[in-house]
Amino acid sequence: MDASSSISAHAAHDPHTHADHDHHELGWWRRYIFSTDHKVIGLQYLLTGLCFLFFGFCLMMVMRWQLAFPGKPLPFLGNLIQNVLGPGAMNNGVMTPEFYNSLGAMHGTIMIFLGIVPIAFAAFGNFVVPLQIGAPDMTFPKVNMASYWAFFVGGTIMLVSFFVPGGAAKGGWTSYTPLSDIADKGPTYDIIFNGQTLWLIAFICLITSSLLGAVNFIATIIQLRAKGMTWMRLPFFVWAQFVTAFLLLLAFPPLESAIVMQLMDRIAGTSFFLPSGLVVNGAAVSISGGGSPLLWQHLFWFLGHPEVYVLILPGMGIVAEILANNTRKPLWGYKSLVLAALVLGFLSFIVWAHHMWLTGMGTVVSAFFQTTTMIISIPSVIILSAFFISLWGGSIRFTVPMLFATAFLPMFGIGGLTGIPLAFNSADLYLHDTYYVIAHFHYIVAPGTIFAVFAGIYYWFPKATGRKMNDFWGKVHFWPSLICMNAIFLPMFLQGMLGMHRRWYDGGQGWTLSSEKVWGLSGFHWNTPISIAAWVMGLAQIPFIINFFWSMRYGEKVDDNPWQATTLEWTAPSPPPHGNFLATPVVYRGPYEYSLPGRAKDYTMQIEPVQPNERSMPEPTMSLGH
Amino acid sequence: MEIPYTVTARPDTGLWNAKVGIWLFLASEVMLFGGLFSAYIFLRLDAEPGYWPHGLLNVPVGTFNTAILILSSVTVVLAWAALKMRRYARYKLYMAATIFCGILFLVVKLGYEWPQKYDHFGAYIKTSSLEKYEKYLGNKHLLAEGLPPRVEITGHLHNEEALKDPKIKEYEVALDKVYTDPDDPKMDRPHFLYVPPTDQIATIAKEDVERATMFLPTHSTYFATYFTITGLHGLHVLGGVVVFTYLFFFGGKTYRQNPEHLANRVEVAGLFWHFVDLVWIFVFPLFYLL
Repeated sequence: MDASSSISAHAAHDPHTHADHDHHELGWWRRYIFSTDHKVIGLQYLLTGLCFLFFGFCLMMVMRWQLAFPGKPLPFLGNLIQNVLGPGAMNNGVMTPEFYNSLGAMHGTIMIFLGIVPIAFAAFGNFVVPLQIGAPDMTFPKVNMASYWAFFVGGTIMLVSFFVPGGAAKGGWTSYTPLSDIADKGPTYDIIFNGQTLWLIAFICLITSSLLGAVNFIATIIQLRAKGMTWMRLPFFVWAQFVTAFLLLLAFPPLESAIVMQLMDRIAGTSFFLPSGLVVNGAAVSISGGGSPLLWQHLFWFLGHPEVYVLILPGMGIVAEILANNTRKPLWGYKSLVLAALVLGFLSFIVWAHHMWLTGMGTVVSAFFQTTTMIISIPSVIILSAFFISLWGGSIRFTVPMLFATAFLPMFGIGGLTGIPLAFNSADLYLHDTYYVIAHFHYIVAPGTIFAVFAGIYYWFPKATGRKMNDFWGKVHFWPSLICMNAIFLPMFLQGMLGMHRRWYDGGQGWTLSSEKVWGLSGFHWNTPISIAAWVMGLAQIPFIINFFWSMRYGEKVDDNPWQATTLEWTAPSPPPHGNFLATPVVYRGPYEYSLPGRAKDYTMQIEPVQPNERSMPEPTMSLGH
Repeated sequence: MEIPYTVTARPDTGLWNAKVGIWLFLASEVMLFGGLFSAYIFLRLDAEPGYWPHGLLNVPVGTFNTAILILSSVTVVLAWAALKMRRYARYKLYMAATIFCGILFLVVKLGYEWPQKYDHFGAYIKTSSLEKYEKYLGNKHLLAEGLPPRVEITGHLHNEEALKDPKIKEYEVALDKVYTDPDDPKMDRPHFLYVPPTDQIATIAKEDVERATMFLPTHSTYFATYFTITGLHGLHVLGGVVVFTYLFFFGGKTYRQNPEHLANRVEVAGLFWHFVDLVWIFVFPLFYLL
């Protein structure tokens, strides 16, 4: 009997009997709220993260009004926000500059640290990694729970900061000093309960959460791989999470030290980031001075750049799984992909100062970081090329996850290639802090990582619930999202090349630069179609939200392996019980053995023993000559 | 459901889970203190000549604390070794010694060294007035020797109300020894042994002072880094003491179930403790000696 039929035999059992058997002693609170089960924690991260993602998107949709129609009252929401947050935020329905700054800073912070990282890393990592390596749970389940709750507290503090006097932090998601050191300070502000200080305190919680998560992930991957799951049999997704966890583990602490120092500056009156002779509002500040604003930038970007790879690597991992599954052939260049991910992780630690070309670090430093930045594009290109080549000659199934995964490739490609001019010191002097930069990194994170996240949700939804999400509504979600993403970000390249600055409160209305026409519209007037596209994209998420919740109860019921995939998570029941596998899995082969020659079915699962007469899997090659 | 390798090592990695976990955690801690130490380097290199103070900390007390921490690192290894030999009573003894050392370190640090700093006073003299206080500063002598200038006068503040009351026009300072005879070549470099302030009182006019504070984090980037790093280090010592105290009082149950499990826990806590010790090995020369 071959192994996959024994699995479907298991699946015929009611999974609930196993589940009940394993944690009958746990009450509702311990099962769903204070759970130590990696799958529940993964779903907690997912739901919380999606809420933050949507909230962060809403902040941007509000900002887009001000950019397209500066000085006009915000319809519907203007008065509501004014009633809730006071005239400091909205004045007669018109957004104040301070509130605009808060929205910008919080959009960045929330999207990155409360949206993408918790979903792409923590949610998918928690849910999928132990299943894919054949582990019963994470190595440290209680630490895992602590990680989620530290994140939750951090997120709550971040939200609370909207309601303190003066509103949420306004210093941008980078919180550059000395501005953020002296912001939200003075007689009208509380020493703790002000936007910037709460931002710092929330970050300490978030960094704690990421530390606990990263330690757990790495230890789990090292220690809890099933028998036979050697390093080179790990699915690429696990490798991506492994590298990501190292980035979080090692890159976040320097930012934590910087945050401790900024807290000291704000609360204890030190001058870590305040230079001598600082004058604020025409008066010399009573400080010891001697601090260095650049120190903050170095420590911030020491996290900030690896963070970019924290955002993209899990997305690449998700896309790799879905590509192999839907092209029905092995991922092309698995070894190169793994090596590229490791090199990417290492190099990401020595490129950070390319965010600081304008600070006058000096040509030697700039030349060094320009070189490393050029080099880091090599592993990125290897990964993307391997993905493209994987499509070659496949009989592709365009399922909803595959649509998103396929769209990821060109979108990430655009994002990556437009980054090259920014990597050059001289070109960046012109493009720095323009909409070009916004377009560049959003192409990587929004239609890049977020599409990968959607792909992952559609792909693993059957594993988490035993039901599939609706295909039709998935496509209704996909196509408008793809079109709107491009309608939003493509024109921003044009605006950026005109020289429009990314932090202008009036959308560029009052600036000569933005009156120049490009492709038929002036730089400023491009804001209107961009904003409309952003709002339409908001609408396009409604099918997803409804589909997500509706399918939990009414989606089409599917078996344990609806996509005919090869990796271990598809051998567990859907949803997997506490402890995951009915029998401890043993691994006999690599992760992507699709279309193995001489087999009845086109996929061979990792748990299927190698037959005595089986031909070994040939290393996949690309033949161009037929 | 049982998580494998909580106590016994996984054959191919040779490690049990918590050991992997603690090494990863320590790697992250290296980066945390690394960030702070790089701030120290950055700020010190950026400091104007004379604005990075030397010799303001009490070296003998610092040396004593260094010895205490190293001793506690030894005792925690002995506690672990005692468990490995299954001698529980001896484990308790060494663990008690470790906890005692940890607490002693904190008492010395927070109960003596820090308060001694808050009680000390320093006034940075305006560049235009440096000449006026030459008899305390001895900058001509330093210039001839090729040494950085003195820009601050330190000592014990007699009229502490001067810090708050704008009507008082000068500070009365019982000078630190160096300012009583600034041209003495023996005073060119800081002394290892602590020298208390002298009885000689200097009057410093407020109009000549650029900035005057007690030795608090606000005093200078030097004290800002000192208090931040030693404070964070102190928190780590406190964390270690809490864990050791837990293992001291509640280790018995684990020991009866599986003595190896307790030995592993002590090993992991001990690794953390060695790291805390190691951080101090960097803190001590950077702030006290260099």
